[in-house]
Amino acid sequence: MKKLQQRYRYSLILLKQLVKTDFKLRYQGSVLGYLWSLLRPLALFVILYVVFTKFLKIGEGVPHYPIYLLLGIILWNYFIEVTSGSITAIVGKGDLIRKINFPKYVIVVAGSFSALINLTINFVVVGVFMIFSQVDIRQIVVLLPLIVLELFIFSLAMAFFLSAAFVRFRDINYIWEVLMQGAFYATPILYPLSLLPIAAAKWLMLNPMAQIIQDIRYVLITPQTQTIDQLYGTQLIRLVPFGIVLGTAIVATWYFRSRQRFFAEEV
Amino acid sequence: MADDIAIKVENVSKDFSYTRRKAVTVKSAFTSVFKRKAKDEKTVQHALKDISFDIKKGEFFGIVGRNGSGKSTLLKMLAGIYQPTKGNITVNGKLVPFIELGVGFNPELTGRENVYMNGALLGFSEKEVSRFYDEVVEFAELEQYMDKKLKNYSSGMQVRLAFSMAIRAKADILLIDEVLAVGDADFQRKCFNYFKQLKGLDTTVIFVSHDMTAVRQFCNRAMLINNGIIQNIGDADEVAFYYSKLFADDHDKRLLQSNKYSGKSDYIKKLTIDIGEYIALSGLICPIKDLQSPIFGFVVKDSSGTAILGSNTKMLSQRTGTLKKNSKHTFSWRFPNILSDGEYTIDLALVGEDGTSIIEWLEEIGRFVIKKTITSPYSVMPEITLKLTEKK
Repeated sequence: MKKLQQRYRYSLILLKQLVKTDFKLRYQGSVLGYLWSLLRPLALFVILYVVFTKFLKIGEGVPHYPIYLLLGIILWNYFIEVTSGSITAIVGKGDLIRKINFPKYVIVVAGSFSALINLTINFVVVGVFMIFSQVDIRQIVVLLPLIVLELFIFSLAMAFFLSAAFVRFRDINYIWEVLMQGAFYATPILYPLSLLPIAAAKWLMLNPMAQIIQDIRYVLITPQTQTIDQLYGTQLIRLVPFGIVLGTAIVATWYFRSRQRFFAEEV
Repeated sequence: MADDIAIKVENVSKDFSYTRRKAVTVKSAFTSVFKRKAKDEKTVQHALKDISFDIKKGEFFGIVGRNGSGKSTLLKMLAGIYQPTKGNITVNGKLVPFIELGVGFNPELTGRENVYMNGALLGFSEKEVSRFYDEVVEFAELEQYMDKKLKNYSSGMQVRLAFSMAIRAKADILLIDEVLAVGDADFQRKCFNYFKQLKGLDTTVIFVSHDMTAVRQFCNRAMLINNGIIQNIGDADEVAFYYSKLFADDHDKRLLQSNKYSGKSDYIKKLTIDIGEYIALSGLICPIKDLQSPIFGFVVKDSSGTAILGSNTKMLSQRTGTLKKNSKHTFSWRFPNILSDGEYTIDLALVGEDGTSIIEWLEEIGRFVIKKTITSPYSVMPEITLKLTEKK
């Protein structure tokens, strides 16, 4: 028991340092530094605002559509940052892995936390816009941390799987890149779900990312967002995306654990 | 496991298998499912074969062996970096490996940030590092540099910083791999002092080295690994002796050819080395032009290239006179065989009368091996007498 505690302590110390280092190195050499974390979503918002309110008027029915879009994109970006970033995480730390024995999962979790910091900053920007656009903030917003938790778990699970798989299969990163380009359009991020035929929308919403993005938009911006339970007419349908998240988490953890013994030899 | 045992290794084997193409791709994984015959030729390398031994608590244990003998693989398994293919390794206590100094050092971070990162890898929280931070900096003598990026450090500065961090590690068991191979004499002295300190504590130290002097000096016990098996285990002196013998035996075979000097030199046509109670170098000089009182000398170097003895005609106040073109002169040097075990090389040099113009300098023209029955950690073993008399 004491040994377990000791190991846990070690992981925490390492995790903290890795996240810190990552944060320090991220904007190293850039003039504006950490400000970029704020400027990027801001600039994105300006673009979205111009494009979707002046030219493409596909989101007219949805109130605060630019913020609605921005929110979808930052959530998607978080997912991409965690997963794509994780692919080379283990291999990138190969030098370390070959020289000292430490809990390898820390590397992946650290990447996930770095992205979470970024996501938090993005949420702050979104919050500011919400105040300016006088978005009605409702009580249901208390559910936000729970949905973010789901997003965190799902992204982390994928990250575990991808990082471990990449040690053996070095073309995972190309496959994932293509896959995610497709998935971006298969998820209702840029377009409102109402543009699709109901049958297609029903299928798309089973994807945990679609369910998460729509739910967060629902609790933060507008109750006019179509969520998975509205589409199916029952809350029970949530068990499908939740199940996918849970299943991914179990399989990925098992895979990572069984592979990590060999990382030092294979990286 | 008995309480006094720090590490127990039981029947451990380690195989590395290499397939022809190293990087497996998804495509090949798929195709090999369908085409069983396309399985690549697998070559398996048995790095370690069924090894068992114990290391007791508080022991200073040496592991020696040639490059590729499997000792680094063993060390990595003890550190938990590699997993044994077969067998069991039980570690009793907190183990800290120094496979390399400064693990996790990042050139883009400042010295200060690297101290914290390295500290985390050694298991120290930020608070704990802060407590001894000043000491680390002072010991490394880097006070003015801590806020500079590591990439602007000289390699010596990096090693100093890494070492002052390393000695903070509070471990029951320390694994040290060739750390002493880096750094200048001053740094090596620091390392040795640290080891001497460790010897007084309860720390178990496992020390991998090629330096038999260090092994003899520090280790209580040692183990010689050769071709993946334990060739010898026991008293450090004895193991160090077998290790040197390993090379000597090998060289004996080569020496049969290499000792016969081929004569690529313009001046020196023959060199024979006789080893007995005295070492005698003899040979033949045939100048290709007239030489006016040249200075003729030799240097004996040990395996690390350090010149340990030598002499020349000037030092011996011996005039060589004129050596006529195409004439033949024999020479012979003789000195008492006070060298200790090891491999030595000989340089021969012909220098002009002035002592500065080199006519010919033949590096490592000869090679010989000393194998004595008594071993010593020092490079020379002159006859030493001791008189012990009780004073009334």
